[in-house]
Amino acid sequence: MKEQFQSPIVLLGSRLLSPYIMLFGWYVIIHGHYSPGGGFQGGALLAASVLLIRVAGGTRLSSLQLREVINTPMATLGVAIYFLTGVVAVLAGGFFLDYGQLPIPGLEAAWLRYYGILIIEVGIGLTVMAILIMIYDNMVKGEDHA
Amino acid sequence: MLEFFTGHYAYWFTVILLCVGVYGIMFKKNLIKKTIGLAILQISVVMYWVSIANKWDATVTTLDPNIPVDQVANYLNPLPHTLMLTAIVVGVATLGVAFTLLIAIYNRYGTLDEQELLEKIQ
Amino acid sequence: MKLLKFAILALFAGVLIYASNDLPYRGDPDNLMHAERSITDTPVKGNYFIQEAYNDARTPNMVTVVLGDYRSIDTFGEQVVIFTAGLITILVLRKQRRREE
Repeated sequence: MKEQFQSPIVLLGSRLLSPYIMLFGWYVIIHGHYSPGGGFQGGALLAASVLLIRVAGGTRLSSLQLREVINTPMATLGVAIYFLTGVVAVLAGGFFLDYGQLPIPGLEAAWLRYYGILIIEVGIGLTVMAILIMIYDNMVKGEDHA
Repeated sequence: MLEFFTGHYAYWFTVILLCVGVYGIMFKKNLIKKTIGLAILQISVVMYWVSIANKWDATVTTLDPNIPVDQVANYLNPLPHTLMLTAIVVGVATLGVAFTLLIAIYNRYGTLDEQELLEKIQ
Repeated sequence: MKLLKFAILALFAGVLIYASNDLPYRGDPDNLMHAERSITDTPVKGNYFIQEAYNDARTPNMVTVVLGDYRSIDTFGEQVVIFTAGLITILVLRKQRRREE
């Protein structure tokens, strides 16, 4: 396999851009109630910020930002957040994923639905981010020596 | 006549895009190119759904306090947009699975050409 | 053989374009799809989403409400599909790598 070409300019540019893309990804997830956005789009942006460093810096450098081992637990955490939200609603006496029954005191049902949607959007974002990084990592494994 | 054209040209373009995808699947010998054709076909279906969800003089599906909600013609229909939103991300994930299988095929047989693969499998 | 394939493809495109000419005009607010009541005189679901989304979940973005609340079980299924796709990439490629060693 060909040695990866190392360019300090590309690496510096990616390092400058990556935190802002990640911040924008979280903004898209959290602000998805008021503007176009949500878990899927924000998760894709988060994955883009990590993959930028992965492409520019190679495996060894990018493992300082996010290690490959974390991918599977993070994806599982995202699915678990979604599923447990539904199960908590069932235990509180509602249907599966009926956010109006979530046991948060002092809120009416409509605002409970607001926060329930926010929780599951974060779960979706984590899963999409982890899976997109996972697909990339598994495809290029053993092919770059940077 | 002009009204007919402006009402239907989006469908024609999605049909052309779909035929480009089918062309890639039917004619190309390389499996990677066939997979790219599948992705183009999928995107054409997504664009078709988005185009039929359009309404003239309607705004995006985010509630604006200045635009009354009891007149539904003021807002686009959110259901097709939601369906396509999930379809795009699932499409990316399944495309990843397709390329994974292609990598596995290449590691085992050393080629991605359709004819050579058929000969090597037998 | 290749000419036959091209003919089939052209025929396919022609049939699709001919069929698309009978579709409703794009963006026409009087479409059945955008009407208040459907042909069978039942309320159309998209209008309910537009009118009641803010009252149900206090969220202005209707797409988020449909995605996260009304169709949340569907979204859960999609998430599981994505998760399974990631697991497939791990399992298939790890087996391949072990065989090479």
